[in-house]
Amino acid sequence: MADLPDITPLRQRLSAFTNARVAIGRVGSSVPTGAMLEFQLAHARARDAVHDALAPGAVEQGLAGWPSISVHSAAPDRATYLLRPDLGRQLQPEDAASLQMDQAQLAIVIADGLSATATMAHGAALAMAMVERLRHDWRIGPMVIAHQARVALGDEIGEAMDAQMVVVLIGERPGLSAADSLSAYLTWAPRRGRLDSERNCISNIRPPHGRSIAEAADEIARILSRARAAQCTGVALAGGEALAAEEGPD
Amino acid sequence: MSAYRIDLAGTRYSFDNLAEVMACASPARSGDALAGIAAASAQQRVAARWLLADLPLGLFLEDQLVPYEQDEVTRLIIDSHDRDAFAAIAHLTVGACREWLLDDATDGAALASAAGGITPEMAAAVSKLMRNQDLVIAARKIENITRFRNTIGLRGRLSTRLQPNHPTDDPQGVAASILDGLLMGSGDAVIGINPATDDLPTIARLLTLLDDLRMGMDMPTQTCVLTHVTNTLALIGAGAPVDLCFQSIAGTQAANRGFGISLALLDEAHAATQALARGTVGQNVMYFETGQGSCLSSNAHHGVDQQTLECRAYAVARRYSPLLVNSVVGFIGPEYLYDGKQILRAALEDHFCGKLLGLPMGLDICYTNHAEADQDDMDTIATMLGVAGVSFIMGVPGADDVMLGYQSTSFHDALYLRSVLGLAPAPEFAAWLERMGLTDPGGKLLRGDPFMASVRGVPALGGLCG
Repeated sequence: MADLPDITPLRQRLSAFTNARVAIGRVGSSVPTGAMLEFQLAHARARDAVHDALAPGAVEQGLAGWPSISVHSAAPDRATYLLRPDLGRQLQPEDAASLQMDQAQLAIVIADGLSATATMAHGAALAMAMVERLRHDWRIGPMVIAHQARVALGDEIGEAMDAQMVVVLIGERPGLSAADSLSAYLTWAPRRGRLDSERNCISNIRPPHGRSIAEAADEIARILSRARAAQCTGVALAGGEALAAEEGPD
Repeated sequence: MSAYRIDLAGTRYSFDNLAEVMACASPARSGDALAGIAAASAQQRVAARWLLADLPLGLFLEDQLVPYEQDEVTRLIIDSHDRDAFAAIAHLTVGACREWLLDDATDGAALASAAGGITPEMAAAVSKLMRNQDLVIAARKIENITRFRNTIGLRGRLSTRLQPNHPTDDPQGVAASILDGLLMGSGDAVIGINPATDDLPTIARLLTLLDDLRMGMDMPTQTCVLTHVTNTLALIGAGAPVDLCFQSIAGTQAANRGFGISLALLDEAHAATQALARGTVGQNVMYFETGQGSCLSSNAHHGVDQQTLECRAYAVARRYSPLLVNSVVGFIGPEYLYDGKQILRAALEDHFCGKLLGLPMGLDICYTNHAEADQDDMDTIATMLGVAGVSFIMGVPGADDVMLGYQSTSFHDALYLRSVLGLAPAPEFAAWLERMGLTDPGGKLLRGDPFMASVRGVPALGGLCG
């Protein structure tokens, strides 16, 4: 097998400081079998998360009876969704009408994004933690559960609901180390055509390894109250975290 | 009436302008379909190629795909065009240019002397008529050599960028990945960190760490923190140890504005970095990254196909005689390059066109988890690029970048290419590997313990050596 000496102590020393795949050894020029299969398992987990769909009722059952509406983007399937980000940012036409009766100050969208796995794991819990913190200050609409959705789909949803603010909870693009990481995108005065620079983002919501549900909900509540005072989100919101454009499933 | 028409097998194909001919002639890829400019059928694609083959190269100097008046990259291309160099190929059509490139009588010296006469649009046009093997055999003739503390791009050499990224820029985490890479013979193109933050004090600390490690181990290589050019300018002003100035670039003025840069800003950064005079064997100080699709993603594509726009980014790069140019080919996602086949094609195009235009081309052979690709695709791409003579590839621990969340090539992948193709690192770095006991005189990688013993006292390594 590997002809590096002391490979186990070396790996232990290096791995203490990074979760990179350091000191995995080599056979000739190549990766040892165990390390190769570990990589393949991580990639398989990420691939399955990308192609996973929101299971019927999976989000709803975590909402403790809070009303919800299910909508679909204009991307009819996963293959189209991956090839046409523009379609994932638009509602399918019949769904826009179903939202128009629901006047709310705050619209919460629970969206699959690039990892339905993340959304099913953390979406409902985070939405209900937000309700708990915000229900006395905001009139919150029914939860909108969005399929084949990109972040900007929240703009059209928020616009249809005539909401002051939309928060989109959406599965991040899976990495090898995390396939179940959720992000929250906050947009004041949502309407079609909003720029990414007009949003705030909280990423890496992924208990127990990443940000906890309580931490994320507290942070969202803080940004919401600042956004209401400043009447804006994004880079214009003083001290706001600028949105890293390459991060999200935009 | 259409400007470009061809009758083929009883069907008339019409194209409104040269940009449409170019887009339709491109091998299929999702980004051009997303832009709505891809060929509508397989037959239309071949018709466009047939038409393109008969167009004279000189047409691209007259019929500009992105207007001269609107775009400083077009002005750069036209104003810096070398008419004398072009004279040798001015009589060629695009189709004849392909044959000239493939002719045994056309050697590396002939290609090098023509480089200044070849515009990005000409390179893109001829590449659209070339099969994958054509892109390999033509690129293989070209040797573009650059120098800073070592020599990159020599025939028979393959260099690597050691990419020790860490999700929180932890210095010891970065050092751990660097140590792992050095034990695997990686790092001669550059040891380059993508920082997780834009925070200048953090970046300055990383630059100091890299410089301390380089000097502590007396390594003949260069280091870089890949941050925005304005940050690098500020860090140079503050006296931070900057070897190379990094920037992402694109092929139109508007897309570059999206990156927060202009030619004037790059001129300033290039001059400031050169003034540091930190190179020992040369003063190629710029490190550029590119990638097909960046113009469309910033809505700055002027209806031009993504491969032609990528070539225009190379015109920006060559203004600055960079040490390294790296196409991050599969990073952008499946809406631009859908699967392993499209990523392979783009990698070979980028490598060939960059080399033809005179650049030291490396490739980040990579993919994201929402693309239809895996390690087997990367093996194929790496092998073909190795045969084509790629100057450098990435070295990432286990191919898994834990900061950027994508998969690139591993230290092992570079060893594989060096092994199957008989390639060696940059000569200065290869000598250092041998001197440090990391390789035998034949270049074969050895057990790392003499090296570990000799660097144990380097403070920047902390306790990593045990």
